[in-house]
Amino acid sequence: MADQSSNVAPAIELSGICKSFGPVQANKDIDLVVEKGTIHGIIGENGAGKSTLMSILYGFYQADSGTISINGKTIKIPDSQAAIAAGIGMVHQHFMLVENFSVLENVILGAEGGPILNQGIAHAKAELQRLEEDYALDVDIDALIEDLPVGLQQRVEILKALFRGADILILDEPTGVLTPAEADHLFRIFEQLRDQGKTIVLITHKLREIMAITDDVSVMRHGQMVATRKTSQTNVEELAKLMVGRSVLLRVDKDKAKPTEEKLVVENLTVKDDRGVVMVDNVSFSIRAGEIVGIAGVAGNGQSELMEAISGIVTPESGSIYLDGKLINETGPADPALLRERGMAHVPEDRHHVGLVLPFSEMENSILGYQGDDAYASGMFMNMDAIEADAKAKMEQYDIRPLNTALKASNFSGGNQQKIVLSREMERDPVVLLIGQPTRGVDVGAIEFIHKRIIEMRDAGKAVLLVSVELDEIRSLADRTLVMFAGRIVGERGPEASEGELGLLMAGIEDEKEKRV
Amino acid sequence: MKNELPKWADYILLPLINLTFAFVVAGMVVMLVGENPFEAAYILVRGAFGYGGGIAYTMYYATNFIFTGLSVAVAFHCGLFNIGSEGQAIIGALGVALAALTLDHLMPWWVIFPLAIVGSALFGAAWALIPAWLQAKRGSHIVITTIMFNFIASSVMVYALVEVLKPAGSMAPQTRTFEEAGRIPKLDWLFEFFGSGLQGAPLNLSFFLALIMAFLVWVLIWRTRFGYELRTTGTNPTAAVYAGIPPVKTIVITMLISGGLAGMMALNPVMGDQARIELDFTAGAGFVGIAVALMGRSHPVGIILAAILFGMLYQGGAELSFDMPNISRDMIIAIQGLVILFAGALEHLFRPSLIRLFSRFGSDSEASLAEAA
Repeated sequence: MADQSSNVAPAIELSGICKSFGPVQANKDIDLVVEKGTIHGIIGENGAGKSTLMSILYGFYQADSGTISINGKTIKIPDSQAAIAAGIGMVHQHFMLVENFSVLENVILGAEGGPILNQGIAHAKAELQRLEEDYALDVDIDALIEDLPVGLQQRVEILKALFRGADILILDEPTGVLTPAEADHLFRIFEQLRDQGKTIVLITHKLREIMAITDDVSVMRHGQMVATRKTSQTNVEELAKLMVGRSVLLRVDKDKAKPTEEKLVVENLTVKDDRGVVMVDNVSFSIRAGEIVGIAGVAGNGQSELMEAISGIVTPESGSIYLDGKLINETGPADPALLRERGMAHVPEDRHHVGLVLPFSEMENSILGYQGDDAYASGMFMNMDAIEADAKAKMEQYDIRPLNTALKASNFSGGNQQKIVLSREMERDPVVLLIGQPTRGVDVGAIEFIHKRIIEMRDAGKAVLLVSVELDEIRSLADRTLVMFAGRIVGERGPEASEGELGLLMAGIEDEKEKRV
Repeated sequence: MKNELPKWADYILLPLINLTFAFVVAGMVVMLVGENPFEAAYILVRGAFGYGGGIAYTMYYATNFIFTGLSVAVAFHCGLFNIGSEGQAIIGALGVALAALTLDHLMPWWVIFPLAIVGSALFGAAWALIPAWLQAKRGSHIVITTIMFNFIASSVMVYALVEVLKPAGSMAPQTRTFEEAGRIPKLDWLFEFFGSGLQGAPLNLSFFLALIMAFLVWVLIWRTRFGYELRTTGTNPTAAVYAGIPPVKTIVITMLISGGLAGMMALNPVMGDQARIELDFTAGAGFVGIAVALMGRSHPVGIILAAILFGMLYQGGAELSFDMPNISRDMIIAIQGLVILFAGALEHLFRPSLIRLFSRFGSDSEASLAEAA
C-alpha cells in the first residue's frame, strides 16, 4: 500500500486486522493508512468497530491477526505503555482525569520521572510552557480539574498526550460534550497540531465535523473498512450512504404543527442537586398538545435536572408543574409511578442506567415503570403470557431486532435498545411525552425511524418535550426551541433559527433583544 | 453477546469445574497429612450417601443450608449482601421456643408447628428490620450492620438461655426439653418406605418446608410484581427510581423476607432435632448459606443442589474424621473452606478461559446468530 506520492512512510499502517469477541467479529480484515501530518477521520455507525480498532492501536486489545506499522516500522502493541512509547496518544470520550488533582499533577501522572517529584515537576512545568505556546493550548496548570469546564479538561487530555511525546493523536468523539464555539476552537488546535507535523485520527459519527476538519476520511460498517476518501472529493450524502449501506433521509419531513391547549405548564421551577447547587434556575414554559418543544443546550446546563423534576424523579426546590391542568404534586410529593398513571411518559436520556435494566430480558424491560398495570399483573402475580404477547407485538411494530422477547436488553444494539424504551413509552398513549437524547448512540437507520415516530406522536396530539445535545436533531424536529444555559432558559426560537444563532445562545451569549426582556 | 456463556455452561459446567479444583486442592491437603485422598473421598461420599442414616443426615444438614441460602439469595437479588442470616436464625429460635414452650402441654404438634413457623419467621424478620431500616434510610452499609447484629444476637441468646429460659436448678445454658407436641415429626416413614430406617438421624418435616420455601422464593422472585421490583432495585437502582419503585419500601420488605427465611432455619435443629435451644445450635449455617447462595447462583434449584453438597461435606466429613484420625474436624472445615473459596470467591477464575474456549469452538450457527443480534 506504500505507493503514496510522498516518500515519507505513513504514520499508521494497519493491514489485515481481525478481532473477535466471543463469536462476534468486531473487526474484519481491516486495512488503513494514515499519512503523516494529516487529520484523518474515521466514521461509522455505533457498533461498526471504530472504537475496537482504536483500542487495538492503543494496546487495550490485542488483534487476533494482522500487522501494525507505525512510521514504517512494524511493531507489536501489547499495552498502552508500548503505544505511548511508539508515539501514540489517545484522548478518550470519557476523560481519564483525577478530578481533585491539578492540571500539572494530572499531566505528570504516570510520567513523574522518578520517586522524588521536585525534578519531575520542574521539568514538566517547562515542557508544558513550551507545549502551550507551540499549540495555543492555554490552561492554568495549577487549576484543579473539577473547577475546569469540559472544553478545558479536554485540552488537558491533549496536553497529557503531547507531554508523553505523542506524534499521533487519537481522539474518540471529542466534540460530544462541547459547545459549537468550543468545538471550533478545538478544530483550530487540530490545525495547529497538524501544521506542526502531528498526525490526528478523529473518530466521530458527526458527518459535519468530518467535512469541516479532516483531510482524509475512512468509513467503517459492520466491522469492515468500506471506503477511504479524500475529504475534498466526497460529500455528506456519499459518506452517509457508505455508513449505512443505503441512502438515508437526513432531513425530516413534517407538516406545520397545529398546537391546541396547554398540556404541560412549568412555572418558576428551581431545582437543586444533592450538593445544593442550583441546576434549574426559575424556569417557566408551557407545551401545548400537538407540538414539539425542543430544549437545546450543552450537556450539563440543567436539561437533565429539568427532565427529572418534570418526570417526578427529583423533587424541585420551588415552583409548580401542571400536567393536563393539575399540579403534579397535588397529593404529596410527585412520584414517577403516579405521573405515569396520569399520562406522563418519559424516555430518559440515559437508557443504560435509567431507561433499561440491561441484564433483564426484553419483555421484562417492556414493562419497566408499568409493572403494576392491570394488563401485566393480576393481584401480586405477573401475567407472563400477557407481558410476552404485548412485548412481541411492540417488537414487530417497531422492528426491534432480533425478534426475541427472552433476549437480555444488553444484547441488543444501541438503536434497538432505544426502540425498546420508545415503544414502551409511546404505546401508552400518553398526554405528555418527555424524550431525552432520543438518538444518542443510535445508528443512522434507526434515527430516521425514531424521528418519524416522534413526529407521529406530535401529530397524534401529544405534547412532546425533546431534550437533545444534537443541535441538528432539535432543529429538524422542534416546532419551538428553548435554549438552556447555566440552568436558565436564555432564549426561545422558532424552527427557522440558524445554527449559529442557537450556538451563540448555547454558549451563554444573549443577544440585545433578549437582554431587554 | 461477548463475555457470555451458554446457560448450561454457566450453571452446570462452571460450578463443576470449580468443584473439581476444590477437591483436587483438598486432595493435596489430605496427601500432606499422609492419607490417601482417593480413600478419603470414598469415605466422605460413602458417609454421606452410602446408607440410609447417612443420607438422612446429609438431608438434615442440607435443610439448614436451604433456609439460609434462600435468605442470602433473596437479599442478593435486591443488591443487598445479608451476612446476618446467622444472627437472624439465632433470634428466630426464640420465636420457635416461644411457641413450643408455652403450648407444648396444651396442643398437638400440628397446631404448634405452624405457629412456630410464623414465630421463627417473625423473630428472624424483626432482627433484620433494624439493619434494613438503617440501610434504606441512612445508608449504613448492610454488610457492617448485619455482621454486628450477629454478635448482638449470640449475646442475646446467651443472656436469654442463662437468665430467662434455663429451667430452675439446671446448670446447662439451654431451655427445658420440649414435650412430644413441641417437636417436628421425623421422616422415618419416608425412609422405611425405601427399606431403611433413619438410624438416629434427625431428618424431619422441615426438610419439606425448606423445599416449599424454595418454590415460593422462585415464585416471589420471578413471578410476582414485588419480585420484579426487588430485582430491578437490585440490578439497576436508578432505573428503579425512574420506574417509580420506592427504594426504602423495597429494601425493607426484602430484608424482612430474607430475615424470615433465616429465622425459619431454627425450626430444623431446635424443634426438629434437639427439642430445645442449645448454645450454637446454628453451627455456622448462616455463613454456609452465603456460600450456598453464591454457588447456587441465587436460584432456588441451584441453592438446593449446593445445600445438598454442603450437607454431604458436613455429614461425610464427620465420618471421615472418625475413620481417619489424621484428618481432624478442623481439616474438614478447611476442605469446606476450599469449596467455598473455589465456588464463591474464585467464581471468575476459570470463566475467562472457558469463554475463550467456547468462542473458539463455538459452532458456526452460533456465530451467525450472534451476528444477527
